[in-house]
Amino acid sequence: MPHIDFKNDFPGIRSAMAYRPETAEPMGVLAELLLRDDEGMSRADRELIGTYVSHLNDCFYCNYSHGAIACIYLGGDEELVNQVREDFTKAAISEKLKSLLNIARKVQQSGKAVLAEDIADAKTAGASDRDIHDTVLIAAAFCMFNRYVDGLATVTPTDMSSYPKRAMQIVENGYGSHVFKNKQPA
Amino acid sequence: MAHIDLKNDLPGIRGLMSYRPETAAPLNLLAEILLRSDNSLSRGDRELIGAYVSWLNNCNFCQMVHSGMAQYYLQCDSDFIQSVKADYDSTSLSPKMKSLLAIAAAVQKGGKSVTEEHIKTARQNEATDMEIHDTVLIAAAFCMFNRYVDGLGTKVPDNPSYFVERAAYTAAQGYADFS
Repeated sequence: MPHIDFKNDFPGIRSAMAYRPETAEPMGVLAELLLRDDEGMSRADRELIGTYVSHLNDCFYCNYSHGAIACIYLGGDEELVNQVREDFTKAAISEKLKSLLNIARKVQQSGKAVLAEDIADAKTAGASDRDIHDTVLIAAAFCMFNRYVDGLATVTPTDMSSYPKRAMQIVENGYGSHVFKNKQPA
Repeated sequence: MAHIDLKNDLPGIRGLMSYRPETAAPLNLLAEILLRSDNSLSRGDRELIGAYVSWLNNCNFCQMVHSGMAQYYLQCDSDFIQSVKADYDSTSLSPKMKSLLAIAAAVQKGGKSVTEEHIKTARQNEATDMEIHDTVLIAAAFCMFNRYVDGLGTKVPDNPSYFVERAAYTAAQGYADFS
């Protein structure tokens, strides 16, 4: 049961956002800018970073919500999403994405855990300053989203078939207040 | 030196916001709402939560900025802010603020560290649902801001008076158009 009375039955972050739409607004804009940008890194890359950080933060709702979104962008390759969660160094992804996931892993621990050598490795693998910036901010933002979702003990749907449906809603319409203003996908 | 070429000399998060103004806009709006919604939690209370979480995250820039802001709003001295960081339970803060700081400290560790007991204690000390919500989100947001600032290796001003002088300015300007 959630720690506070959200006065709605939405799952996960949607319940907290519906409860406080003023703060939901900038969080939705931030997610849209960071996760649905195609410059330097694909949408799938960005969602994989969010999925991986949520996995490290043990936030089930975010982990499986963003994993489902990444999976759609990857043409249904759920195996790849699982490989990234379990051990990205062995996943069938580019060296650049591996070096960025390494930076995300450090950010999840602490900002200071990111070392000059992590940055140098990413640059060697072809990452631009903007790729590194976005990776750090995506990882940092998920350290917020994950804590928001679990810190208020929001409801985590147990019906796994509901995750791809909400994911498709995001793929089709993007992030934003529609996720708690419109009817939830069945 | 920052990990990436920010193309400016601004310290801390200001350098990052100047580098990528698109993401700066929602980050600033979030800070404006969370730290300056002057309802039952005062601006001083909100900044104190941010300063405390930044201190727990060992983010020097953020903890200096937001300690300065808290000090400005609460009209206290830096010793008081220091005593909150060292052991808020032994300070003159209200029982409600102490229970909210306990929730913030739990959020800093991880969302799942917030227990029923934390919430029960906050409620016994008359914290409302909205105050608990804002405390959790302020603490979570600082877990983002702190990682953003340190994860990109931004520079920190070595002159402590920078933070004191800027507090009055930021208090007057707010965060929405912060740069």
